[in-house]
Amino acid sequence: MAGTIRRKITPGDVRSQRGTEESVWVRWLLIGAGGVVASVFLILPLVNVFWQAFSKGGAAYLSAISHPDTWAAIKLTLLVAVVTVPLNSVFGVAAAWCIAKFEFPGKALLTTLIDLPFSVSPVVAGLMFVVLFGLQGYWGRWLQDHNLRVIFSATGITLATVFITFPFVARELIPVMKANGSDQEQAALTLGASGWQTFWRVTLPNIKWGLLYGVILCNARAMGEFGAVSVVSGHITGRTDTLPLRVDKLYNEYNGAAAFAVASLLALLALVTLGLKTALEWRTAALQDRAQAVGSDADKSEADNHPSNAT
Amino acid sequence: MSIELRQISKRFGDVLAVDDVSFTVAEGELVALLGPSGGGKTTVLRMIAGLEMPGGGDLLIRGQRVNDVPVQQRNIGFVFQGYALFRTMDVFSNIAFGLSIRKWSKSDIAARVEELVGIFGLEGLERRLPHQLSGGQRQRVAIARALASKPGVLLLDEPFAAVDAKIRQELREWLVRLHHELSVTTVFVTHDQEEAMEVANRIVIFSRGRLEQIGTPREVYEQPVNEFVARFIGVMNVLELKVQDGAARLGELSFPVHGAVDGQTLRIGFRPYAVKVSPLPREYPCRALLKHVFFLGVMLRIELETPDGLVIRARISKEDFARLNLVEDQPVSFYIREYRVLGGDGAFTGQSSAIVPPGFGEGI
Repeated sequence: MAGTIRRKITPGDVRSQRGTEESVWVRWLLIGAGGVVASVFLILPLVNVFWQAFSKGGAAYLSAISHPDTWAAIKLTLLVAVVTVPLNSVFGVAAAWCIAKFEFPGKALLTTLIDLPFSVSPVVAGLMFVVLFGLQGYWGRWLQDHNLRVIFSATGITLATVFITFPFVARELIPVMKANGSDQEQAALTLGASGWQTFWRVTLPNIKWGLLYGVILCNARAMGEFGAVSVVSGHITGRTDTLPLRVDKLYNEYNGAAAFAVASLLALLALVTLGLKTALEWRTAALQDRAQAVGSDADKSEADNHPSNAT
Repeated sequence: MSIELRQISKRFGDVLAVDDVSFTVAEGELVALLGPSGGGKTTVLRMIAGLEMPGGGDLLIRGQRVNDVPVQQRNIGFVFQGYALFRTMDVFSNIAFGLSIRKWSKSDIAARVEELVGIFGLEGLERRLPHQLSGGQRQRVAIARALASKPGVLLLDEPFAAVDAKIRQELREWLVRLHHELSVTTVFVTHDQEEAMEVANRIVIFSRGRLEQIGTPREVYEQPVNEFVARFIGVMNVLELKVQDGAARLGELSFPVHGAVDGQTLRIGFRPYAVKVSPLPREYPCRALLKHVFFLGVMLRIELETPDGLVIRARISKEDFARLNLVEDQPVSFYIREYRVLGGDGAFTGQSSAIVPPGFGEGI
């Protein structure tokens, strides 16, 4: 099992023990417990997804994935992500820019609104769209008269997904932008740059890692969202099923192997996302370490400053 | 390039940050905006740059009203307090930024950056990122970047605040030399009067949004227009004394004044260098106890306490201190060569005279 630690406890370890540390036995016990929990609840299920997916052999796996309805679901999921992620990236950058760099009335309200999709249950979010755009909804009649379809279509699914994944990019960027301040932007202006030039050449390079992180999270959620999408999609096989809905449907049809085969695609996406996220975190940490290594010298000289300032 | 401010004011919410300020900076001058923090000097600098809009008044650069000219078109170079170097760009790209915005050709940019790198002693650092530079290097990059497209005005916000004391001294001298060579009109903000005195041709002194005085370092030191300036530029002793028989006095201290009424209270100001001290208790008319000695390098500051409990700060050279053989808690005598009567509203009346005790010449 992954949680097992194979290391002999030598007397030296006991001697090196500091006052603030738990005893060796408590430490191994806690680490062991953590490892067991992680294995049972995280690693085993994930392995099981792939295990079940291939339970009827590779041919069955391939045929499940290449089924036309699954293909339709993959395409729809990709379509939703392709529309949602750029939309929310632009929105997230704009909102974070407003909140981090300007003072205006209603700023607190905007900050709260950005968090709204996190606090509302996805099912309720889906219902909100049905109330607005459904046949019995406020704008349903008008939409039908103009031959437009929102609910039970890719449009509604995309709308719901956009709503659900609203906060990811903005939430990532607000602290980054606040920390950067607006000095560099002002410097660009004094050097003759227009607002757009400043954004593309100064702001964007400064936030790119935070932005990428937000985009990855946003994409993962856009492809994996179930609740809100389930309410507005209408579950029309081959037309309004996204990958998560397809998995749910196959499973309910007692087609376990096919359900797990499709689920393995989503699981794979999750693993790739996690890998990218970790790589980004390592990179950010490395950058910070470098900045700190240089920054500590600067701190020292700041401290030297004070006595001379007093004269 | 000449800069002119006519009755400029600026309000932030309820706070009047800049209040009816007018002054002129001539072509090629090196001017310091000096004042305590919150005095409005940075706001004035940012208004000249176009980073803040004046609330009222006219701002002219070379005779042209620029109130509505956006920052990009004012042709100024601005050096920010924290330098605001572009974090993700190396030294070359930082300096080249304004040039590439102005669509210079690649070869022109390379030539200009190389020239600046030479002037600013940044050779070999072109590919470094800002966080790989020392404080002094960062500042030089910031100034090089500001000067790259040959602006008519260079504006610096607290240029020496972020570097340590030793480098600061070098940078001051270097800025004076740089200004001498490039003769670009330069305005910088500082809260350090010593820095302003040493670097600037002229000093503009601000306090609470108002312009208190403008003049050469010598003028503001020797002829301060009011008590604030006198106290802010260097050290000043201020005593509050009652008038009796034509002189403001307390104990042995006596400052002859003209046209004062007996019983009136006057404020008398004098610089520490105007206090002459002798170790002989009877040499000068006033007696005191030498309470403290502060070593400031070439000069020493000493604090005298009169029998009436007044504390008087004096300045004395290291040589005189050694020659007079002064020690703490020793009785001494002193007189004041030069003083001014401070007006009730803080403005000087301009009256200045010297007390020379009968029978004694100048010096100790």
